[in-house]
Amino acid sequence: MALSSLIGFSYVVSAALFIIGLKMLGSPATARRGNTLSAIGMLIAVVVTLLDQGIVDFRYIAIAVAIGAVIGAVAARRVAMTSMPEMVALFNGFGGIASLLVGWAAIAPDAGGIVLTTIFLSILIGGVTFTGSLVAYGKLSEIMPGKPLMFKGQAVVNSAVIIAIFVAGYLFVQQPENLSYLYAAIALAVVFGVLVVIPIGGADMPVVISLLNSYSGLAACAAGFAINNNLLIVAGSLVGASGIILTNIMCKAMNRSLSNVLFSGFSKVKSMDMKIEGEVKPITADDAFYVLEAASTVAIIPGYGMAVAQAQHAVKELQELLEENGAEVIYGIHPVAGRMPGHMNVLLAEADVSYDLLLEMDDINPRMETVDVAIVIGANDVVNPAAREMEGSPIYGMPVINVDKARTVFVLKRSMASGFAGIDNPLFFKENTRMVFGDAKETLSHLIREFG
Amino acid sequence: MEVYIFLTFILMLSVILGFELIHKVPATLHTPLMSASNAISGITLIGAIVLAGKSADPQMATLLGAAAVAFATINVVGGYMVTDRMLGMFKKKGDKK
Repeated sequence: MALSSLIGFSYVVSAALFIIGLKMLGSPATARRGNTLSAIGMLIAVVVTLLDQGIVDFRYIAIAVAIGAVIGAVAARRVAMTSMPEMVALFNGFGGIASLLVGWAAIAPDAGGIVLTTIFLSILIGGVTFTGSLVAYGKLSEIMPGKPLMFKGQAVVNSAVIIAIFVAGYLFVQQPENLSYLYAAIALAVVFGVLVVIPIGGADMPVVISLLNSYSGLAACAAGFAINNNLLIVAGSLVGASGIILTNIMCKAMNRSLSNVLFSGFSKVKSMDMKIEGEVKPITADDAFYVLEAASTVAIIPGYGMAVAQAQHAVKELQELLEENGAEVIYGIHPVAGRMPGHMNVLLAEADVSYDLLLEMDDINPRMETVDVAIVIGANDVVNPAAREMEGSPIYGMPVINVDKARTVFVLKRSMASGFAGIDNPLFFKENTRMVFGDAKETLSHLIREFG
Repeated sequence: MEVYIFLTFILMLSVILGFELIHKVPATLHTPLMSASNAISGITLIGAIVLAGKSADPQMATLLGAAAVAFATINVVGGYMVTDRMLGMFKKKGDKK
């Protein structure tokens, strides 16, 4: 009795530490300590769980913890900041498979209907999270093509799989002793996870990662109901809520509903009958330097291309030189720039850019008219004025950073290919736009040399 | 049944609390928020530990539990460490290096 009370009380402390830790994550000044508190909460929970009298053998636990800790620590130390989205996706998937396995292992001969239902949910959500995250990982790390993968009759196949999942679940709860229903449910959940994510394109990944993040929390929650553990429920629902909020923010930033993101692969994109007229005006890095030298306010708008070119350190160097030259430098960060929420902020933080210079879209747009030069680095759709001006464009209505309102716009771009959404960008043809073709990092180094 | 009502009560409170807490997180911290909450979702680890230690024989449930322990540990250890690494880089002008 005393021991189980100790465990129960310690779980209360852990839950409090998770909550306080998440609250402290709300400000950059306290976030790191918040994360540490949350980790301490986790450590307490794990240590007291080892006191559980139901545990008779520690060998498997010790081996499994050792393996997991080494893999986790090495991965966390080695990963490059530019690869953070795929790392998060992969960790997420591991959380999902853990919930699936816990649900599976929790099946006992005397389990009742409610327990079996929660076990089924834990397996289902865990399985979908697992394979969904693996596919997301594949797409983000470019092991798989980032383009939406579609086949004929996809909607029919998906509906059939959903129905089959519920039939298998029902039969499993009715006859838990017949293991073939269990295996069918597991197999279907795993297949469904793949089917859900393959039709989603790379640019929509911020939404998918947020959603899978939420699922991993819900899976932990379901596992909590299955094994009757309230700490799992508290922690799981905190994560579930967090993922849903992020998903919602990402969808709003793209002016799309969640179902549109998840299922738009099935309907054809509206064809654009409007033609973009005008001429692209290229400029050499040398000439761009003279314009920058005379500028007093410079706004930098980064996108996924900055991550690809690993250009964040060069950006920071240019920022310092511009500041020495007397200019004010600010950054404009679109919520869906990059491949996960906050992707650009992490990269710029790595390059030592002060976080108070990073302005959100709603803060930088009103200032855009006073900006002398806006430098677009590897961003396309998030600065596309078609979202404002061209009804019928697939991204019409999406909130964008209005770089075209700046006095001069430099677009650093490899070549004239269109962005991820496959849409032409009228920004490139505007009167005040100059294209600086070439690798973003080289262009920046060139500018830095000119200043030096 | 009682116990499920109690658990649902807890679920309701923590979902609402979660929404309130996360709403206030600024966009700058969304990636660390995600990887930190990811680490928290590795809480399944404590359920897995109990299942992995239930028996000295390598039964099905023990092996499944042990596999779950390994995966959840990767999630927990990796998640917290990578979040710490990221947050260590967030600096304001004038902060000591």
